[in-house]
Amino acid sequence: MSSIGTETPAQPAATEISGAPGAAPGGSTGRRMLRLPQQTLARNLLLALAFGVILYLLSESLSSFNNLRLATIAYYFTALAGLTVLTGLNGQISLGHGALMAVGAYATAILVGRTGFPLGAALAAAAAITAVVGVVVGAAASRLRGPYLAGATLAFAIGLPGLADKYPSAFGGENGLTVAPPTPPSALGATFPLERWEAWIACLCALIVFVLLSNLLRSRVGRAFRAVRDDEVAAQLAGLNVARVQVLAFVVSAACAGLAGGALVVVTQLAAPGAFDLSLSLALLTGIVLGGLGSLAGAVWGALALVYLPQWSDDIAHSLSLSNNVQSNLPLALYGIVLMVVIVAAPRGIQGALHGLFGVARTRLRKNPSTPTEEGA
Amino acid sequence: MKKRSRAAAGVAGCLVAAALVASGCGSSGSSSSAPGVTKTTVLVGSHQPLTGPAAPGYSEIAPAAKAFFQYLNAQGGVNGRKINLIYKDDAYNPTKTVTVVKQLVLQNKVFAIWGGLGTPTHTKVVDYLNSSKVPDLFVSSGCPCWDDGTKHPYTFGWQPNYTIEGKILGQYIKQKFPGKKVGVFYQDDDFGQGGLAGLKQQLGPQIVSAQPYQPTVTNVAPQITAIQKSGAQVLVDFSIPAFTALERLTSFKLGYKPQLVVSNVGIDPTTVGGLLKAFSKGKANTALIEGAITDAYLPSPTDSSNGWIQLFKKIHDQYDAKAPFDGNVEYGMASAYTFAQALKNAGKNLTRQDLVDAVNKGGFTGPGLVPFRYSKTVHGGYGGGAIAVIKNGQIVVTGKPMVTDPSTGPITASTMKPAQPGDNGIVKP
Repeated sequence: MSSIGTETPAQPAATEISGAPGAAPGGSTGRRMLRLPQQTLARNLLLALAFGVILYLLSESLSSFNNLRLATIAYYFTALAGLTVLTGLNGQISLGHGALMAVGAYATAILVGRTGFPLGAALAAAAAITAVVGVVVGAAASRLRGPYLAGATLAFAIGLPGLADKYPSAFGGENGLTVAPPTPPSALGATFPLERWEAWIACLCALIVFVLLSNLLRSRVGRAFRAVRDDEVAAQLAGLNVARVQVLAFVVSAACAGLAGGALVVVTQLAAPGAFDLSLSLALLTGIVLGGLGSLAGAVWGALALVYLPQWSDDIAHSLSLSNNVQSNLPLALYGIVLMVVIVAAPRGIQGALHGLFGVARTRLRKNPSTPTEEGA
Repeated sequence: MKKRSRAAAGVAGCLVAAALVASGCGSSGSSSSAPGVTKTTVLVGSHQPLTGPAAPGYSEIAPAAKAFFQYLNAQGGVNGRKINLIYKDDAYNPTKTVTVVKQLVLQNKVFAIWGGLGTPTHTKVVDYLNSSKVPDLFVSSGCPCWDDGTKHPYTFGWQPNYTIEGKILGQYIKQKFPGKKVGVFYQDDDFGQGGLAGLKQQLGPQIVSAQPYQPTVTNVAPQITAIQKSGAQVLVDFSIPAFTALERLTSFKLGYKPQLVVSNVGIDPTTVGGLLKAFSKGKANTALIEGAITDAYLPSPTDSSNGWIQLFKKIHDQYDAKAPFDGNVEYGMASAYTFAQALKNAGKNLTRQDLVDAVNKGGFTGPGLVPFRYSKTVHGGYGGGAIAVIKNGQIVVTGKPMVTDPSTGPITASTMKPAQPGDNGIVKP
């Protein structure tokens, strides 16, 4: 994170930035440019493969309920990774990401439930549809700064779920739309647990987002995001179309949120407004702050926190045998306290704190000549 | 390069940590024939609105049921097994219901679900519970959707089907207020729509306006204004307590004073009175629901001459004294009693199928004013109710118990003789 600011602002002209997000930008100018993206892609694919194997082994060993948890962590990661690109790397705040997840969720529910799309196609379409919504929101957002942007996205988060109530015949009102659970392919055997299959789908979404985003972040587009965040005037002087870069960041981030919403529907079999209230949008923002802004590893920590914190606080509340009212509301309070503690004690989030710890450990190892000074913790 | 592999190591570290955390929270196994059952215990789960729009009043139901089970356990339990009830908050939010019910079934490994509360919430887990073959007993909702034993063999309702309630209330309105215009204010889901269907069947064109509300939108002025404009002289609420209170305050502000009729679930005087006080900052109270007509299938909680009320009050004072003794507490205990009876009838060698078979066989007793309708195909609960009114802030049963079915069947007087509780409340077969 700290080194990002010292990188030179991206050089390519704005027209090149608007290339397809996710893919390694082809047709670059220098030789260096040609070589690096390919290496990045190969490395990220290898990494994703390794994670895929770990996740596969994990899902095989987990109970059904923990597979469901794994799936939840995976779809939270998908959304948080997108949000951390927007907020951490591009400097735009969004309090409306829960609403973007709702767009993806309803798109998936309608495509699978009503028109009989195959699930994979529906999830891809959900990401695409949400990306289109992201263009609209992003275009508005690129004209707003700071608290005004927060306010506008906040309004989006509050207003959009209301559409479900406004058009109950299309969106099922407060009751929402129910979708049949995904059927595991028969090749996996008749007793293959449904929860494991759901975890696989959600983890696959997370891995795809991981590969695409980690590529994007190393590319000139990623550098453009950071340049705009660090100094809009400098970025403009360097030839960047600031508004366009900001819209692009919003679109990338929205597509991730849409895919996450679709994965949520796979896990819960339900798209209902209650899932996408303001507290979800705030929880997502909390997640990236807790995890560490601007890094994909931080998004993993954030996803873990969003799944485990409410549960642990719930357990604590129950073990204290308090009165019903306090017991039901304590989890929220504890959630807030943890957030405050992390912000005070580790302003760069869990990932930043770990980074710091490992950094100290590494310096100590280097000072001791008898220990191999190989990198990595 | 260094930076990248460091980040990668960070991500990998996260995932390993995730694996450790996830696998560390394993679940305890059970050694018996069915999940959640041992020789001495049976584990039961439930989802309840402990927070959120439906929490006022309804959040007392599960603690009351737990108190009843504690009392029963102190007497030796059912068939030698103590009943352990765990209930989780879903905030009346269907998405949370899905999560907590899956947690109860997969992680806590409950034997059965008791009294899952709410129509919009419970409808989202019925398919899951039935495909997992988890007995889903006595849903705390009168949605007509629990009534189909062929489609959902593991799910059973408990309170009267809302269409039955609508029919009984509708018939009474037709007889008592012939030719008067009727307005309906209802929750826009299977709860309100089920009630409206029963009312329409009886009242037909007498209904001049039917206005739905969403349980998350607290401004109900548009609906009440529309009903007032339609000239309705009788107003029927198929609403949860919070929305009965909102309707009352809105009507009061608009100067609209129709004869009020409220479905059973929306009128508990303690709950609605408390909400009226809270919403109006102490200015309103049960005076706003005085004279309201409703229906009852259980004795009034203030009827201290009733043996069941005496028993429930005793248990309440011993195990649940923090909550006010009202219709919600009575509801929780009465439903828990039926559950215990079903467990008893299922026999000593308990399996999930045994429990379902026991309910299908029926033959339950209890505090109810009317009989249950259980059979292999009919899974609805109580078959009717008696007309009651709110007098001095209390429910007073005034009519004779009536029974009917949720389709076009006639409404007839119930011939059931009220049951008495066994000695010390021990569950009778």
